[in-house]
Amino acid sequence: MDETEARQHIVDSLKAKTNKSKFYLKDFYTFLPDMKKMEVGKLVNKMVAEGTLEYWSSGSTTMIGLKGAGKQHATEEGE
Amino acid sequence: MAKHPTPLLDQLESGPWPSFVSDMKHAAELRHTNPKGINQQIPEDVIDDLLGLLEMSFEDGTTHWKHGGIVGVFGYGGGVIGRYCDQPERFPGVAHFHTVRLAQPSGLFYKADYLEELCDLWDMRGSGMTNMHGSTGDIIWLGTTTPQLEEIFFELTHKHNQDLGGSGSNLRTPACCMGMSRCEFACYDTQLMCHTLTNEYQDMLHRPQFPYKFKFKFDGCPNGCVASIARSDFSVIGTWKDDIKIDQAAVKAYVGGEIAPNAGAHAGRDWGKFDIQKEVIGLCPTQCMSYEGGKLEIDTKNCYRCMHCINVMPKALRIGDERGASILIGAKAPILDGAQMSSLLVPFIPADDPFDEIKEVIESIWDWWMDEGKNRERLGETLKRLGFQKALEVCGIKAQAQHVKEPRTNPYIFWKEDEVPGGWTRDINEYRKLHQR
Repeated sequence: MDETEARQHIVDSLKAKTNKSKFYLKDFYTFLPDMKKMEVGKLVNKMVAEGTLEYWSSGSTTMIGLKGAGKQHATEEGE
Repeated sequence: MAKHPTPLLDQLESGPWPSFVSDMKHAAELRHTNPKGINQQIPEDVIDDLLGLLEMSFEDGTTHWKHGGIVGVFGYGGGVIGRYCDQPERFPGVAHFHTVRLAQPSGLFYKADYLEELCDLWDMRGSGMTNMHGSTGDIIWLGTTTPQLEEIFFELTHKHNQDLGGSGSNLRTPACCMGMSRCEFACYDTQLMCHTLTNEYQDMLHRPQFPYKFKFKFDGCPNGCVASIARSDFSVIGTWKDDIKIDQAAVKAYVGGEIAPNAGAHAGRDWGKFDIQKEVIGLCPTQCMSYEGGKLEIDTKNCYRCMHCINVMPKALRIGDERGASILIGAKAPILDGAQMSSLLVPFIPADDPFDEIKEVIESIWDWWMDEGKNRERLGETLKRLGFQKALEVCGIKAQAQHVKEPRTNPYIFWKEDEVPGGWTRDINEYRKLHQR
């Protein structure tokens, strides 16, 4: 799978999950089982930098989701 | 007149100790009088509202902070922790109250004017309240609003040559003791190692890629002034291989009372004459010392390098010359499973610039933990779950006596089949030749 396909697969996988909007990095490993975990991590960080994904942090843990998805985003944007 | 009455918090000022409530009231007053004429970019009454919110929490026994958020600065996945209040109408000054973490200088050396510059920036773009320093070691700025974050980041990086620290599932801001800058016990240059590895692992510091937080700390000697053994997933502690250097004349001077023990510390009361047997020889954890006929001897093979004798008689005893570091892994605070101290992984490793041997160990451990660690699982928990031997295996280190918790009383090691000559199978006929049924 090349990078473009991997990106699309990440976006499709996230869109298919309707019950939650933020995911651990490990969840992304399961979306792309054939890719090296380190590479998945780098790709996810790249997609955040480009604005497709975004981080959510509690301060101790970081989660990742599609930019704009979820309640948290709506609340924070309005403030 | 305070904006919000705080009778419960006021009680906290009545004790004999310094009170954070008094400090906050003083800071709130400074924001109102603003003697430096600072162009305050967040609400002037942020601290008044913070006091009011805390009083409310004391009254109803619950928190009014919403946990976490998506805020940050562009390109970074750490360094900013979103905080929002669930009573924004009543306490508008703390509707947004984000924390910013800044990388502290190695060994916490500041110039006063640099500290003042940082504080001026924070007085302008934040609440002015700081936490110097947080548990991880970094400079913590408490309370700002979302629009200020990029402004703060720009000014920090462009005007003050200052980076953000780590938060979230990142490498946290590495921390070290003062090391060789002031301490004769430092077995390696902790500040150089801290700075080098901070630069080397910028990507891990700023962009989350771990199952959970990961902390480095660097102690120059086993005195452990940054307590790396208790506070970091990866502790590097200076040590030496050869003999402790003994100046016998100085030992005699300690015994004769000419030099104050402990470098004159604990001198506030009369402890009586210095007794080398009781205060040094008898307290050696491995009993590897003797003082007979005016001569001090140390059996290096049995020495733990606990530093006690050196601390008591620093003019007579010096660390050895063959210096390096030990690497221990897996310390953590008690969120799950209770607190854990680090376990020894590498008994001795060279600790010289560019620290390639140490980087190799770090990266082996990371590769394994990123692979095997569960979500929100610290390295110490992964170690407990999968076994310390697995960590040895991924680092290519052979098990040895130093890896066993109590080698003198329980020298038990689980060997794997391929590590034992002949494996688990045996020729029963050959066995019976030596062992009758």
